[in-house]
Amino acid sequence: MDLKTFVPFSPCSRWLLLVALVGSEASSDLNESADSPAQHAPKAWFAASSSVPDERISVFELDYDYVQIPYEVTLWILLASLAKIGFHLCRRLPGLMPESCLLILVGALVGGIIFGTDHKSPPVMDSSIYFLYLLPPIVLESGYFMPTRPFLENIGSILWWAGLGALVNALGIGLSLYLVCRVGAFGLGDLSLLETLLFGSLLSAVDPAAVLAVFEEARVNEQLYMIIFGEALLNDGISVVLYNILIAFTKMHKFEDIEPVDILAGCARFIIVGCGGVFFGVIFGFISAFITRFTQNISAIEPLIVFMFSYLSYLAAETLYLSGILAITACAVTMKKYVEENVSQTSYTTIKYFMKMLSSVSETLIFIFMGVSTIGKNHEWNWAFICFTLVFCQIWRAISVFALFYVSNQFRTFPFSIKDQCIIFYSGVRGAGSFSLAFLLPLSLFPRKKLFVTATLVVIYFTAFIQGITIGPLVRYLDVRKTNKKESINEELHIRLMDHLKAGIEDVCGHWSHYQVRDKFKKFDHRYLRKILIRKNQPKSSIVSLYKKLEMKQAIEMVETGILSSTAFSISNQAQRIQGIKRLSPEDVESMRDILTRNMYQVRQRTPSYNKYNLKPQTSEKQAKEILIRRQNTLRESMRKGHSLPWAKPAGTKNIRYLSVPYSNLQLPERDTRAPESSDDHGSGSEFPPITFSAPSRTGMLQERRRTQETIPMRNLPRGGTALHFGHHEGNGSHEELAGRGRRAAVRPRPLFHAVDEEYESGEEVEGAASAAGARWTAEQGHNRGHHESQSPLLQRK
Amino acid sequence: MGSRGSHAALIPDVDSIRRETGFSQASLLRLYHRFRALDRNKKGYLSRMDLQQIGALAVNPLGDRIIDSFFPDGSQRLDFSGFVRVLAHFRPIDDDTGVRDPKQPEPLNSRMNKLRFAFQLYDLDQDGKISRHEMLQVLRLMVGVQVTEEQLESITDRTVQEADEDGDGAVSFLEFTKSLEKMDIEQKMSIRILK
Repeated sequence: MDLKTFVPFSPCSRWLLLVALVGSEASSDLNESADSPAQHAPKAWFAASSSVPDERISVFELDYDYVQIPYEVTLWILLASLAKIGFHLCRRLPGLMPESCLLILVGALVGGIIFGTDHKSPPVMDSSIYFLYLLPPIVLESGYFMPTRPFLENIGSILWWAGLGALVNALGIGLSLYLVCRVGAFGLGDLSLLETLLFGSLLSAVDPAAVLAVFEEARVNEQLYMIIFGEALLNDGISVVLYNILIAFTKMHKFEDIEPVDILAGCARFIIVGCGGVFFGVIFGFISAFITRFTQNISAIEPLIVFMFSYLSYLAAETLYLSGILAITACAVTMKKYVEENVSQTSYTTIKYFMKMLSSVSETLIFIFMGVSTIGKNHEWNWAFICFTLVFCQIWRAISVFALFYVSNQFRTFPFSIKDQCIIFYSGVRGAGSFSLAFLLPLSLFPRKKLFVTATLVVIYFTAFIQGITIGPLVRYLDVRKTNKKESINEELHIRLMDHLKAGIEDVCGHWSHYQVRDKFKKFDHRYLRKILIRKNQPKSSIVSLYKKLEMKQAIEMVETGILSSTAFSISNQAQRIQGIKRLSPEDVESMRDILTRNMYQVRQRTPSYNKYNLKPQTSEKQAKEILIRRQNTLRESMRKGHSLPWAKPAGTKNIRYLSVPYSNLQLPERDTRAPESSDDHGSGSEFPPITFSAPSRTGMLQERRRTQETIPMRNLPRGGTALHFGHHEGNGSHEELAGRGRRAAVRPRPLFHAVDEEYESGEEVEGAASAAGARWTAEQGHNRGHHESQSPLLQRK
Repeated sequence: MGSRGSHAALIPDVDSIRRETGFSQASLLRLYHRFRALDRNKKGYLSRMDLQQIGALAVNPLGDRIIDSFFPDGSQRLDFSGFVRVLAHFRPIDDDTGVRDPKQPEPLNSRMNKLRFAFQLYDLDQDGKISRHEMLQVLRLMVGVQVTEEQLESITDRTVQEADEDGDGAVSFLEFTKSLEKMDIEQKMSIRILK
């Protein structure tokens, strides 16, 4: 629907921007005729302005040089954002190709413009800008959004694969390229071993996270997801470490007389750099978590603290020549859990969004630089080198995947199948990291730098486009065995039901992992870390207010959109249904199927869903809210039936009071329609409890909730909106033991959002539910749940 | 897991459970740990509330029904063997189904039994048939709020109509299985970790 209207819009504005850009660049060319320095030194952020004295005061001036750099940078970022908007508006595109392809294209476009207009001064990316400003946000973002539990469960495989994989790839590609260079015919004889090794190391920086979104549809299993994610996370760090070590080697030994001692020292340095970085990161993570404990009165600086400490960990590690990337990753992983609990809800949202924004800006800029490099004169094209590079990249990745996983499968509980390994092999897409490292090669040490840059660009373009676009279909092909024919409505419904069922049973089974280590860590965490790092007196009000917002807003919305007013569904309607089943035309069936597909609830994803360029859409949260509210209504309905005791009991819940506020309005129409109800509405004929939900006092225990197992069959109460479905659980057809019984026993508080700490195992479920409901359930200490195990026949089923 | 092997002795009736459900020793052990973890007050059995405290089930549209399926016949206590028996339905189907002693009861994770388990989610009154009303209720559970009642009713009608062969307005178990014969139930209702 929107496709047609919007697609013409964004290219339009894109054209406008292009024109503006070209215009501004053209005018800047004019300005450059003055003696302002046309080439901007990398560190010179402010161009000198023209110093030709004017004779008159001019009324209108144009000084482009002053704003040139920020202006152009802003324009580029805007251009990329517009492209992304257009990309997402087109519904099919995101499934077809990864978003990084889009960014590359935008970069190439900008590069083309700059080249075409002979514009001379994009800010050139140099080593310090990249490593100090552009890289940390990207790494921080992937570290922060990494799902901790699956990561730690698979940490062995991830470290094994990421670390050794990078090494194997780097060494393999380097060595084989060196051998190729020995062949004189290719004109590559002057490339030393060190240079090819360095080249190999920068090519080993894989960015598979870019493709994660593309095959998310196929719902790969959690382990595969984590391996790919973990690889993306650690790979950057490892290849940068390797890169730096090799650069150090190159600087030291220009003449290739490297002794074994140096190689050993290199290996030792590799390990120290890696572990040292992680150590730094963990320390900083704890410090920042500790500090956020005290920020409840100035929550506006909470995001600042988080970001500054992460950045500081990066810088501190870099000072000591340790791996800043691993430091910032470790910092993000460590502090995430505690910070999320300490920090206010809005700060939490701010942190998430700001992180995404920063990383996306960084990546956009890198891709723009890449595009500018692509379309330029700085190339050296050597067929042999480039082709062999491509070939070796693929070969060595295949070798490393299959060899390394063969070994690690021996030790895993759930080995990776060959299919999984093929997917991993194929997701070896190179991204911005490789380009940056290639671009930053010091020309003095690498006289043939252009060759490297060209080859890297080719590899990136090839893998990003070709592999990126085809990996989606490949994964779907590998996964889906049967043909995707149209299913009947029956099948669709049943399939969805079974998916939900399976997800539910999986939740019951919980996550199986290595108990001992995890248990021990959780105990330690619980006993010491949380006490130190987490704010005391976690306000229950945050849950309460959150829930209140949830329900109020929903209820208000529903009233306003008039869903509830259409309650006067006639029973006659129903009577009509019973007679004759009409023949439905195929269009009707189609439309029904459409309705079903679009409106059925999604199955809760157990695999973490990470999109590099976007935050998770809100639909799952909306869905979770609806489901929760529906269950609440069931509860409430059943509570209404038992009008005797619970209201007197002081175990009222805050939320019920809040619920009643809008809810009471909604009650009224329902009452009226109840009158003509048929009598099989058990118990509804009796008097309604006064709408005195507010009567019970509130003790603020959100957890206490009354729940009966019996649900009221208000089935004959058709409603326009299904959200207020009361008793859609048919009470087993037979009687519910309701009104009149001593409902004392019925007061069985059921904590809906239960404590994270309660039992170590179930912490994970809350995480899952929490993310689904889009809220942060703060940790509650195990409260008395007052399990009134009710023996009343209330709970009998038949 | 090695050091915990001795804990297998803690599981009551472990052998009969194994025979009945077909789980491996390791899986049973894991399930037992899970059972114990869910049983917060160390009662030795699970109540509905214990299962309701699984947060993720709360946002599952069929959460309540899934919980109810663990408590057949109105019981309020779920002991370990009952727990495992339900979960056994979700074991992946063994490959060696070629030769099976026909006298033995069908394994719990056979296709028929899986379907029967799913069927009971619909059929709340356990009369062996999914009435139109029951189908409507399930549909309501699974669909968002934007769908109007009319649409739901017509979808229900269509669903029942498609499956119902003998025209009694309800879907019996056989009709249910027939409508799903093309589906890969084994894969849909199997959980990999429950080897």
